[in-house]
Amino acid sequence: MKKLFALLLALAMVLSLAACGASEAPAATEAPKADAPAAEAPAAEAATGSVYYLNFKPEADAAWQELAAQYTAETGVPVKVVTAAGGEYSSTLNAEMAKDSAPTLFQCGNMAGLKDWDEYCLNLAGTDFAAELTTDAFNLYNEAGELKCVGYCYECFGIITNIELLEKAGYTVADITDFASLQKVAEDITARSAELGFSAFSSAGLDSSSSWRFSGHLANMPLYYEFRDDGVNEAPATITGAYLDNFRNIWDLYIENSTCTGAELSGKTGDNSKADFTEGKAVFYQNGSWEYAGLVEAGMDAAKLTMLPIYCGVEGEAEAGLCSGTENCWAVNAKASEADQKATLDFMKWVVTSDAGTTMMAEQFGPIPFKAAKTPENVFFAAANDLTAAGKYVVTWAFNHTPNVDSWRATVVTALAKYSADQSDANWAEVVTAFVDGWAYEYSVVNG
Amino acid sequence: MAKNKKADSVNLVQRPIRKWAPLFILPTFAAFAIGFVWPFIQGIYLSFCNFNIPTDAKWVGLQNYAKVFKDAGFLNAFWNTAGFAVVSIILINVVAFFIAYALTQKMRGANLYRTVFFMPNLIGGVVLGYIWSMIFDGILKNYSTYLTAEPTYGFWGLVILVAWQQIGYMMIIYIAGLQAVPEDMLEAARIDGATGAQTLFRVIIPNVMPSITTCTFLTLTNSFKMFDQNMALTGGLPSVMENGAKINTTELLALNIYSTYNINKNYHGVAQAKAVIFFILVAVLAIAQQSATRSKEVQQ
Repeated sequence: MKKLFALLLALAMVLSLAACGASEAPAATEAPKADAPAAEAPAAEAATGSVYYLNFKPEADAAWQELAAQYTAETGVPVKVVTAAGGEYSSTLNAEMAKDSAPTLFQCGNMAGLKDWDEYCLNLAGTDFAAELTTDAFNLYNEAGELKCVGYCYECFGIITNIELLEKAGYTVADITDFASLQKVAEDITARSAELGFSAFSSAGLDSSSSWRFSGHLANMPLYYEFRDDGVNEAPATITGAYLDNFRNIWDLYIENSTCTGAELSGKTGDNSKADFTEGKAVFYQNGSWEYAGLVEAGMDAAKLTMLPIYCGVEGEAEAGLCSGTENCWAVNAKASEADQKATLDFMKWVVTSDAGTTMMAEQFGPIPFKAAKTPENVFFAAANDLTAAGKYVVTWAFNHTPNVDSWRATVVTALAKYSADQSDANWAEVVTAFVDGWAYEYSVVNG
Repeated sequence: MAKNKKADSVNLVQRPIRKWAPLFILPTFAAFAIGFVWPFIQGIYLSFCNFNIPTDAKWVGLQNYAKVFKDAGFLNAFWNTAGFAVVSIILINVVAFFIAYALTQKMRGANLYRTVFFMPNLIGGVVLGYIWSMIFDGILKNYSTYLTAEPTYGFWGLVILVAWQQIGYMMIIYIAGLQAVPEDMLEAARIDGATGAQTLFRVIIPNVMPSITTCTFLTLTNSFKMFDQNMALTGGLPSVMENGAKINTTELLALNIYSTYNINKNYHGVAQAKAVIFFILVAVLAIAQQSATRSKEVQQ
C-alpha cells in the first residue's frame, strides 16, 4: 500500500514536471489540443496577437467566456477572459499588469482610475472601434485631451418598484411624482402593513454587501444637485453638503417604512434586501438596472417591474429622470505588443458589431452606445428611455468624483449606521461631518 | 589501528553525504531565495520608490517614510495592535495553560476535550470573522446595538474570536510540555510535602518554560500579523473623522497597510514603507521576547 502511494506521488511529480517543460518549450511539435491552451497560445500569438481581457463583472463572466470561445473559433485569435470582482479589481489589475503576459484590455472606471493608469492606456481616437460609437458621453479623456477609455455600456439606478404590490395597496406608478407623493404612499403602506402583509421599502442594509447602494448611489442625489448648482464638472476639493437635508428626508423615509428596524440595518446584507423584494415583502427596492436578470431569475414577472426616480424633496424634482452613468470603460494596454493591441481592437470591434457580440451585450449590459446595438429587454432601461422621452432630466453620476471612494464611503456608512439606530440631530451632524469633512480629508489624502 | 578503522568507516559514509549536501539543499534554498529573500530585498527597495507596478518604480528617497509618520490612522492602528497583542497574549496563554493542565490530569473524556478545543483552529480566519460578526450582531441586537457601533465592541470581539481560535493550538503545545515534566520530580515534590500550588509554580512551570517561550512567541507574532480576522470581523469600522483626520478605529497594522496600498498609486510606496517599519517592529519584539523567556528556561 505504502509503495503504491509512493509510486503515485512520484508519478504525479514527474508528470507535473513534464507538463511545465512542455508549455515552456517553444519547439513543442505536438498538434495543439483543445485542452492544452497554454501550449497552443505562444504559437498563435506570434502570428496574430492575442487578447487578454480582465473583466470586472462577475455576473457577466460566463457570457464573456462563451463569447471569447466563439471569437477564437471564428478567427483563430486566442482570447483569454479573467474576472476579478469589483472589490478585488484594482489589486488584481496591479498584479496582472506586472506580468509579462499583462491584460491587453482592462477597465478604468473613472477619472481617478485613469490618473493611475494613464500611461498604460492607448489613445483610442481614430480607431475603427471608436468609429462605431454613437455618443461621446460615457468616454474618459486624460488631461492632454486624448481619448483613453471608452464607456461600452451604461447603467441606471433608482427605486425598483413592484407594480403589483403597489396596486394592491391602492396606488399606481403615476401617483408618485415627487417626494411628497412618495412619502404619502410609503407612510400609508406602513400604517396598513399588518393588513397588507408587506412593507414599503426593502431593508436598507448597511453591511458592506449593500451599503454602497446608499453611501454611493443614494449619496449621488445631494452630490448631483450641489454640483449642478455650482457648475462643478471635475472632482472638487471640498463640498458644502447643501442638499444633505434632502438626503436625510429620503433616508428617514427608507428606514422608517422598512421591513426591519433602524438598529438592525448595520448587519443587513444585499441579499436580505433583495429577498425582501423578490418575496413580495416590500414594494420598493433601491437598486440599478443590473439587477434585472437576477430579479427575473428569482421568479419576478418583468411586466410587473419598473423603476422610479429617487425623489428627495429638491425643488423641481418632478422633472427628474433616473440616475444614469457608467463605470464600465474599456482601456487598451499601451504597453502591450502592437500585434496584441491590434488583436484587442479587432476583438472589441467584433463585440460591438457582430450579431453574437451585440446580442450578448444587450442581454448582459442592456443598451450600449454603439451603432449596431440591439434593443435590450431590460424593463428598467425602457423606464429610463420613457422618462427621457417625456423630457425629464437625467441625473448623472456625480459620485464618480468621490476622492478615495471606498474610504470616504466607509466613514459615511459608519455615521449612517449610528444615525439609523438612533435618529437624533446629533447623530445626523456626524453624517454631515463624514460627508463634508470626510470629502475634504480624502481629497487631501489622494492629492497630497 | 582500531581507531583508524572506525574513522575510515565514518568517512566512507559521511564523505559522499558532505560532497552532495549542496545539491540536496539547492532546491529548498532556491525556493527560499526566490520566494522570500529576493521579494524581501525588492520590498525594501520599493519602500523608497513611487510606483504603480513594481517594474516602473521611481526612486523618491525618504518621502514615503515621512508620509507614514504623519498618518494618524497608522499611529492609531499601532496602538490598537499593541493593546490587542498584550490582551491576547495574556488571555490565550493563561487559558490554554490551564486547560492543558486540566486535561493532563486523569479525567474521563480528556481526549475528546482536546479534540474539541483544537477544532476551531482548523477553520480559516476569514470564515471565522464573518461567522463571529453574525454571532456578535445577533447578541448585540437584543441591546439595540451592533458590532461596529463602538470601537470597544470590535476590539473585544476580535480578542474573543482570536482566543477561541488559538487557545486550542497553544493547549496542544502546553500538553506536550506538561507530559514531558519528569515524573520523578513530581514524585519528589509529593514526598517532600509540596502543596498543589507549590508543585505548579516551583516544579511544573519552570519545566514547561520552553513551551511558554514557544507559545508566547507564536501569540505575539500572530497578534501583530493579525489580518484576515480583522478584515472579516469589522474591516476597521467604525471609521470616524477625528480632529480633521480620518481613523478606522478597529484597524490593526496589517489591515492599515493593506488599505493604504489601495488608496491610489502614490500610496503604494507608502504602504511598502509601512510594511518595512512593521517588519522591523515585529522582528525586534520577537527577538526581545525570545531572549527574555529563554533565560528562564531550565535544563532538565
